[in-house]
Amino acid sequence: MAMTVHVDIVSAEEQIFSGLAEFVALPGEAGELGILPGHMPLMTRIKPGAVRVRAQNATEEELIFVAGGLLEVQPGLVTVLADTAIRGKDLDEAKALEAKRKAEETMANQTARLDYAKAQAELMEAVAQLAAIQRLRKRGH
Amino acid sequence: MASGKEIRTKIKSVQNTRKITKAMEMVAASKMRKAQDRMRSARPFAEKIRRLAANLSQANVTDYKHPFLVRKDQVKRVGLILVTTDKGLCGGLNTNVQRIALNAMKDWESSGVTEIRACAIGNKGLGFMQRMGVKVVSNVTQLGDTPHLEKLIGPVKVMLDAFQNDELDAVYVAYTRFINTMKQEPVLEQLLPLTGEQLGTPESSWDYLYEPDPQVVIDELLVRYVEALVYQAVAENMASEQSARMVAMKAASDNAKNVIGELQLVYNKTRQAAITKELSEIVGGAAAV
Repeated sequence: MAMTVHVDIVSAEEQIFSGLAEFVALPGEAGELGILPGHMPLMTRIKPGAVRVRAQNATEEELIFVAGGLLEVQPGLVTVLADTAIRGKDLDEAKALEAKRKAEETMANQTARLDYAKAQAELMEAVAQLAAIQRLRKRGH
Repeated sequence: MASGKEIRTKIKSVQNTRKITKAMEMVAASKMRKAQDRMRSARPFAEKIRRLAANLSQANVTDYKHPFLVRKDQVKRVGLILVTTDKGLCGGLNTNVQRIALNAMKDWESSGVTEIRACAIGNKGLGFMQRMGVKVVSNVTQLGDTPHLEKLIGPVKVMLDAFQNDELDAVYVAYTRFINTMKQEPVLEQLLPLTGEQLGTPESSWDYLYEPDPQVVIDELLVRYVEALVYQAVAENMASEQSARMVAMKAASDNAKNVIGELQLVYNKTRQAAITKELSEIVGGAAAV
């Protein structure tokens, strides 16, 4: 029987693969990595691409697409922490800016709405005063 | 006493309300199961990355200490990520988590915190923070029924950047933890700096081969770790939301049922009284003739 290594491929949202495999190939940052049982401990980033896993006793390789992530190899255990979205410094930055902008916008709108509420309150007060004056006048007559 | 027609209209309207609450209860029940599954499927990742972060924080390969792991002497500026729901009708869920956040903010202020920045996840928390006059630096709403990490990256990054640039001394997250269908608990947890207890002790440590270099890998890992924690919080919050809504709607349906019963009783009584009155009038009239 061929040597195997336990492979876990997980993303923040779900577990994608878990089981024994004879061979794993994935797109490392420094190039394609092929991992066989007994690989030395390694930690690296992986690029968006396909992870190929040959599960134990399987004839076909399983293809799993990952949008990047991290790879950890321990003796007897390979862990792929897959991203669910394509990550990049610029992309993340854009997302952060977008979130910031949205927050600022909401805050700006909020003051607008507050002013509106204030105006409405003032209006109500004016109406109430008018009504009171009218009532007083009626009583006077 | 109200007339028969009035009571009948009232009964009708309560029945309609009950139909709605009953439907919402069933919708929440089916969504709850999915939300719980989602919460559970997020656990393997959180567990893996926690172990990894623990290994790395203990590994003495470099003298590099990531800012996330450095504890500040004085906590003057605090960031708070408040996780709430987008929609209401889920009992005291949001109120409870908001109360916890409010108490925390009060405590911080009395212990010398000068600045509080908030990140609001969910509509209810956003409105709350604005009413409170807390500076909201980032927010995300309309997450829908399935939380996606992608939507959280931006808002969380605003907080992480602020921490990394030394604009914040600590970051907390407040959300509702899912215990079981009947019980949800609002909690406030320290997110940054990462504490030793959170990471736990590594089972064993290896000298990893890092590519391209340790610093880059550690940076990436810790950012993902924090994001995973926030994602987990959001997933738990969603499961809590559906459970709380189901329970609240069940209570509402039960109450509506009671009200209908009581109204029906009153209706029957008035009807009977009217008939008795009519009869006695007829009898009285006949006797007079």
